[in-house]
Amino acid sequence: MIKKFLIIALLAVVGLIFFDLFNAYQGNESLGKTGQYYAENGAAEVGAANLVTAVVVTYRGLDTLGEVTILFLTAAIISFVLKFRREDFIPNRPVRITSELLDSASQVIVPIIFMVGIYIFINGHLTPGGGFQGGAVIASGVLLMIMANPNFGISHKVIATVESISGIAFVLIGVLGIVLGSGFLSNELLGLGNLGELFSAGVIPVIYTFVGLKVGAELSNILGTISHAQNEKN
Amino acid sequence: MFIAIAIVLGVASLIGGYIAIHHEKLSVAIIASGLVSLFASVIFLLLAAPDVAMTEASIGSGLTTLIFFYVLNKIRQRND
Repeated sequence: MIKKFLIIALLAVVGLIFFDLFNAYQGNESLGKTGQYYAENGAAEVGAANLVTAVVVTYRGLDTLGEVTILFLTAAIISFVLKFRREDFIPNRPVRITSELLDSASQVIVPIIFMVGIYIFINGHLTPGGGFQGGAVIASGVLLMIMANPNFGISHKVIATVESISGIAFVLIGVLGIVLGSGFLSNELLGLGNLGELFSAGVIPVIYTFVGLKVGAELSNILGTISHAQNEKN
Repeated sequence: MFIAIAIVLGVASLIGGYIAIHHEKLSVAIIASGLVSLFASVIFLLLAAPDVAMTEASIGSGLTTLIFFYVLNKIRQRND
């Protein structure tokens, strides 16, 4: 009885707090100061037709580097936690036979999924999307491959190489910005080009290609590790 | 029209969330939680945030759901 009463009292207090927030909320009629600056000067300064990309890669590029690092740490921790001894590995664990539909679909669709993922991150500065979304789409293609063939192993060498090269390239481009441009992750290394063309917006497409490859490799690595952990003897 | 679609999607996500918490079968609960992500991504698209919608659709309803299924499979193996 007291417990229920306490729960109700807690809910009432939380409700009161949120009611205050809700009551005081007024929608913005215009953009805030920062948003207004981005909206007015983003296209001229960065040259990206997709303003979200301009903010994510150039104005807030350091945050993106942090996000990529966090994702890398997550992948590393998952591999570390799910590690097991070689003796406990079951080489060919019995799996249900893959249905004909999934098997054929994976062969037809996986290349298309990869192509869409690459399209999303190469066109990140023109259309919605970018490195993270493209990488996630590529990882879902890898997922389909794992689903169609559960004993399919992902080469750790390939993943490690792709990930290290793209991570180092991202930081190198950032540092080159200090040396040649106006600061870390400066956008002025390459010409801005014409707004809306594929080769425009300075280094954004280059950075987003590396981010996409890195995110794709990391998420694939997580999936591969979790799929590999299914082969552990209990 | 926009508000009607948004309300339908919101109610659908609430129902999905309720099923995800209270259903007896874990596999149904996992699929329901994936559905919530799918509805959320459509709502993001309606709110003119296609970048967020893409991430939500591929990670929230794609990868996360499958990872939950892998974990469920592992737990079942242990319990046998």
